[in-house]
Amino acid sequence: MKSLPQITDKVKKNLIWKSIFRRDYRNTVRDRAQAVFGNVFLHLHPVQVRESAVKLRFTWGMGGITFFAFILLVITGVVLMFYYHPTIDQAYNDIKDLEFQVPFGVILRNLHRWGAHFMVIVVMIHMFRVFMTGSYKTPRQFNWGIGVFLLVFTFLLSFTGYLTPWDQLGFWAITVGTNMGAATPLLGYQGPFSEYLHITPYNDIRFALLGGAQVGGNALLRSYIWHCVALPLISIILMFVHFWRVRKDGGISKPQK
Amino acid sequence: MNPFIEIITQPDNIAIVIMIIMVTFFMVWAFLQALQNDKLLAAGLPVEGENDKFVDTFKPLVRIELIIAIVVMVGLTIWSIAVDAPLEEIANPTITPNPAKAPWYFLGLQELLVYFDPWLAGVVLPSLIVVGLLAIPYIDINPKGNGYYTFAERKYAILIFSFGFFVLWLLLIVIGVFFRGPGWLWYWPWQEWDHARVVFEPTKDLTTVIGIDSRSLPGFIIGALVVGSYLIGGMMAPYYYWKKNSPELLAKLGIIRYVTIVFLFITMMSIPIKMVLRLVFLIKYIWITPWFNV
Ligand code: HEM
Repeated sequence: MKSLPQITDKVKKNLIWKSIFRRDYRNTVRDRAQAVFGNVFLHLHPVQVRESAVKLRFTWGMGGITFFAFILLVITGVVLMFYYHPTIDQAYNDIKDLEFQVPFGVILRNLHRWGAHFMVIVVMIHMFRVFMTGSYKTPRQFNWGIGVFLLVFTFLLSFTGYLTPWDQLGFWAITVGTNMGAATPLLGYQGPFSEYLHITPYNDIRFALLGGAQVGGNALLRSYIWHCVALPLISIILMFVHFWRVRKDGGISKPQK
Repeated sequence: MNPFIEIITQPDNIAIVIMIIMVTFFMVWAFLQALQNDKLLAAGLPVEGENDKFVDTFKPLVRIELIIAIVVMVGLTIWSIAVDAPLEEIANPTITPNPAKAPWYFLGLQELLVYFDPWLAGVVLPSLIVVGLLAIPYIDINPKGNGYYTFAERKYAILIFSFGFFVLWLLLIVIGVFFRGPGWLWYWPWQEWDHARVVFEPTKDLTTVIGIDSRSLPGFIIGALVVGSYLIGGMMAPYYYWKKNSPELLAKLGIIRYVTIVFLFITMMSIPIKMVLRLVFLIKYIWITPWFNV
């Protein structure tokens, strides 16, 4: 019988193990730094951070929580896509199947739904925190701007997801929402001055959003593609710029007087 | 069941209840820290975090991130086990639910429809919210309060932002979720919704109050004067006030910043003003034109 240290020693000398972790971790300054910049995910962080960045009191961890909610939504969202067809004939039944047929389908859908509500809540609180600590001031003006776009995209992600179950709730929420588009000055058929541009229900901005004059199959397909492909891609790119800038602007803001 | 309990325990409304709890908690925490720092500042002492040391990312930061991730995951899992996401009847264009509500985070905007026409409530004002948020770092030239909680050093910035965020955005959402029923009429949460209820509220236009037809030429001109003087007067008043009381501020702001700040501010204040006109004086439009109404 071998003792535990002997076994771990053996595992750590194994070729496969060594190929993955490259070097041993001893609790030294060098290895603690190596743990961060040797790992592509942790590498988002600097090797050392100011104490406040670690305390909950300052940031409340809200930006991180928003990001976590986003990752959770991507994962549950991808799994939901396996069970879903974005057509009027199938979408509603697919959701019913998730409820009654798919193993753990209910909790999968619940996680995605409540996670989405949660993300909208925490992104607003994150913005409030950044405002209250004055962290949008020099040199972080630009990153605040990126943040504002992230806020808008968070709303849009949630909004486009509303239609996908093709039930009354989503249908009418999207109808109410896109009817606003019809009121756009110049570009919506009910908006002021649009008659001068010969705008009708069939060529206005609402038509472009819905792919039709009413919420129908095209609108379902459009919202699905915005929801599952286009908006997440744009948001991911913005998030990476956001995180990059947090570091390049000198990390979490510190008192400047 | 008690209608109040019923409405706050509707699956989608639980999110709003959670939002109210979280927002209140963080609002209190932020202002407490601000007041605490203000005391330190007044005494000339360093604020929280000013003399920070550096710590390793691995493990203190990574550890706390992991803990938060686990807590959030457990919380969301419990929520997802306890409450099922609703699925209503299949979409049916011929049956309009009453009220038809937008997603909850847009209900503040939907509430604005009571006071403004759709092109303003649904397009212009939301765009200006985004523009205003983007502009904040460039129009707030107060160098103080950068990187720490404080109230005393940035009173006006915080008061204006808080009014917009808590009252005009969040409170209107809460009203839209809990207090609006069929016909977008006001219902207290303990009142039963009554689909047959009609409220006859004869709304007037501003000029009809003084006996002039709002659709006539004189009505048009008076309306234009009122809206015009709100905009022009609103744009000029702070100038004269600051010129007298703090000319240095005016010089530092410069013309572009001045115009942006004041325009955004009077646009924001037009919302409570129109709410009062509509709710208290039953006035719907101030100015009627052939193209749009304000
Ligand atoms: C999807 C949405 C967002 C994600 C995932 C996100 C993520 C983050 C993270 C992880 C941080 C690091 C510090 C912290 O956790 O507070 C951060 C900082 C920051 N965020 Fe966001 N954020 C988002 C939206 C926003 C919004 C809406 C704003 C403002 C309008 C904003 C403005 C900022 C600024 C200025 C910083 C630097 C703060 C400082 O240095 O103290 N972000 N964000």
